[in-house]
Amino acid sequence: MSDTRTIVLECLRYHPERDEAPYHQRFEVPFTPEMSVLEGLQYIKDHLDGSLTFRWSCRMAVCGNCGCMVNGEPVLSCQVFLRDYHPGCVRVEPLDHFPIQRDLAVDPSDFLDKLAQVAPYLIPDPVRTPEDGPHRQTPQQMQDYLDTSACINCLLCYAACPQYGLKADFLGPAALALAHRYNADSRDAGRARRMEVMNSDAGVWGCTLVGRCSEVCPKGVDPAGAINRNKPAAALDTLRRLLQSGRTCTS
Amino acid sequence: MQTIDADVVVIGGGGAGLRAAIAAAEADPDAAVALVSKVVPTRSHTVAAEGGAAGVIHPEDHPDKHFDDTVSGGDWLCEQDVVEWFVGRCTPEMTQMEHWGCPWSRRPDGEINVRYFGGMKSPRSWFAADRTGFHMLHTLFQTSLKYPSIRRFDECFCMDLLVEDGRLRGVLAVHVPSGDSLLLRCRAAVLATGGAGRVYRQNTNAGIVTGEGMGMALACGTGLRDMEFVQWHPTTLPGSGLLITEGARGEGGILLNRHGRRYLQDHGLGPVDPWPRPRAMELGPRDRVSQAFWHEDRAGRTVPTPQGTAVHLDLRHLGRETLEERLPQILHLARTFAAVDPVEAPIPVRPAVHYTMGGVPTDRHGATAVEGLYAAGECASTGLHGANRLGSNSLAELLVFGRAAGEAAVAHARNGPAPAPGVERQAEAARRRWHALLEPHHGERLATLRDAMQAAMEEGVGIVREAEGMARTCETLADLRARYRRGVRLDDTGRAFNTEWLATLELGHALKVAQAIAHAALARRESRGAHLRSDGYDRRDDEGFLCHSLAWDQGEEPPRIDHTPVTLTRSAPGERVYGGPA
Repeated sequence: MSDTRTIVLECLRYHPERDEAPYHQRFEVPFTPEMSVLEGLQYIKDHLDGSLTFRWSCRMAVCGNCGCMVNGEPVLSCQVFLRDYHPGCVRVEPLDHFPIQRDLAVDPSDFLDKLAQVAPYLIPDPVRTPEDGPHRQTPQQMQDYLDTSACINCLLCYAACPQYGLKADFLGPAALALAHRYNADSRDAGRARRMEVMNSDAGVWGCTLVGRCSEVCPKGVDPAGAINRNKPAAALDTLRRLLQSGRTCTS
Repeated sequence: MQTIDADVVVIGGGGAGLRAAIAAAEADPDAAVALVSKVVPTRSHTVAAEGGAAGVIHPEDHPDKHFDDTVSGGDWLCEQDVVEWFVGRCTPEMTQMEHWGCPWSRRPDGEINVRYFGGMKSPRSWFAADRTGFHMLHTLFQTSLKYPSIRRFDECFCMDLLVEDGRLRGVLAVHVPSGDSLLLRCRAAVLATGGAGRVYRQNTNAGIVTGEGMGMALACGTGLRDMEFVQWHPTTLPGSGLLITEGARGEGGILLNRHGRRYLQDHGLGPVDPWPRPRAMELGPRDRVSQAFWHEDRAGRTVPTPQGTAVHLDLRHLGRETLEERLPQILHLARTFAAVDPVEAPIPVRPAVHYTMGGVPTDRHGATAVEGLYAAGECASTGLHGANRLGSNSLAELLVFGRAAGEAAVAHARNGPAPAPGVERQAEAARRRWHALLEPHHGERLATLRDAMQAAMEEGVGIVREAEGMARTCETLADLRARYRRGVRLDDTGRAFNTEWLATLELGHALKVAQAIAHAALARRESRGAHLRSDGYDRRDDEGFLCHSLAWDQGEEPPRIDHTPVTLTRSAPGERVYGGPA
């Protein structure tokens, strides 16, 4: 095609069975205007080096599998385009703050473990059966949680979060945003159960409101805002516990 | 090799797999459920479904209407007893999802909202804006975390089903990041591995939809049913095939050819007015709408784009506010991947492969011909979809049949015979066989064979088919399998995270699944649903072909094709009538 140009992709390489340390490798990739960085990586794998390892799946920015650092920014590689980096080179690296498994693939299990800790599911009271029919929930009530429910677990926010980089036990933006998603749902009664993990140094108090998470989110989730909306409730929870323990002591 | 004992192994962490795992855990909290998925479950392709999930709830709707729409939509190739069973279970499942937190879109009064999809007499699609599959998948995944008996094996690629004497004994998997093999001994397994759209080049599917689950089942004797029925979704972005939901037309979007004409009126779906009305024009079924594109294209009435010809999907009259509320993801996709703002301009769209109607034959509980092996979701053929799936029935299918298969599998595990000894030897033999793929240092590149398969499928088994083209594709596929057997030269011979090796494994299965599609298509000398022929077999032939096709594995040879009867309960084959007066 006449509008084919060439661009250099500089990819981080690391093979756990062979390499002591990561290094970078340059590939020259022909590209057309519609090609994403992901398609550049696919070109390399198909035609230049089948051992280049990266995750991807949906190609449409909804599965959250293709997150990586491109020129230092956490992005979904399927929705950034080679044309926008030309004539410069594209440096593709694994997401910051996660252990590298191989090349551009990182180990997401820390996030998955933390997600499970915040009880990210509806905890209703009373429990309904299908015969009871659906809850009633107005579009206005949905607005309270809909934005945080859009999280695709892509981990870009963890790669962007300086606190997560410093303090590995911090639950982090996505897990806390999803805790908020259920806390803010009119059908949920599980706030107290989530409070224990949220009201801790690893929880909402671990966030120093840098706000990078919200800047890099590809789905318009505002984890920083969600976390901070939970700080007053967490503070009240602390106060309540102090008062309760005070009563216990004096009685 | 690490060995794990489980009662039920669920293979696949998409909608059907998660629903099956939850059902098994609820039915028997003491049963050990292993959820094996080649990706972290939230990466599964269910995530990409956009428009809706069918369940009768609208006051004007009725399960009989859902039945009729499904059976006529499937051109009477549906198993009608299965459809009857299904339509009665969709709404409770949708409600269950609501109780688990799924953010179904609501009416102003807080009740569930439903929209029209193609081929529906009444509005029936429950939707979560245009991210229905995404919200369903995340709701199921997050809910699954509640159940301590579900143990996840994320990024474990299922290499083989271990079957002996027609009985499932275990599952062999590889932990992708380390490359370590894993034997899961079990009495029951649920295959929930999705479809095979990636045997074609232009498709709406994620990269993981490669058909190996179907291929593995075929190899262990289940057969594959109705594989010639491949659904082209009428509205996808040219080149990439990214999906533009049918919900866009459900909300009132229209399709225009290069002359600005709503061309569907010229293909048996008109007249245009009164608009909108159900089962007419843009609310026709997917097979008819995609076939209409083919005719327009042939007649030169499509629009050229750098990625191929297209027609225009015009949403401008819906207005910015409606688009932002109902179709936010479509706005994002069109703006990002087609550089078109649907508020200002029509979206260029063309058909691409979307769904495999066929799959592993099962009964309504997901049971296959192999004792202890169940299947659910797109990899299964329950007989629900017939020759053409109705939009919104697949998300409902995941829930209804995922649950049924999970419950049946755990019951089988509880009551079935004790696991036979010796499965370790079988697992080791299978492991060696698959590891042998790492060895050849000669042969062709993976991408060469994969691209040739996809091109052959587009060429010979496309929207419109004729014998010569199908036969040529059958020959090409046989040749590709021979070349595959001679060796695929891998750049990557390591064990850890070797995706080139796994893709080679996928391709081996995909070639057999592609053969099942092409040979079943060639054997069906009629036109029905999504199988449209131009070589003199352009009509439905109920005398000769009111029957399912069954493809049987023949080892290195192409599959053998049989035909089996269709179960009709209360709907005699009739004419599919769309369009016409209101």
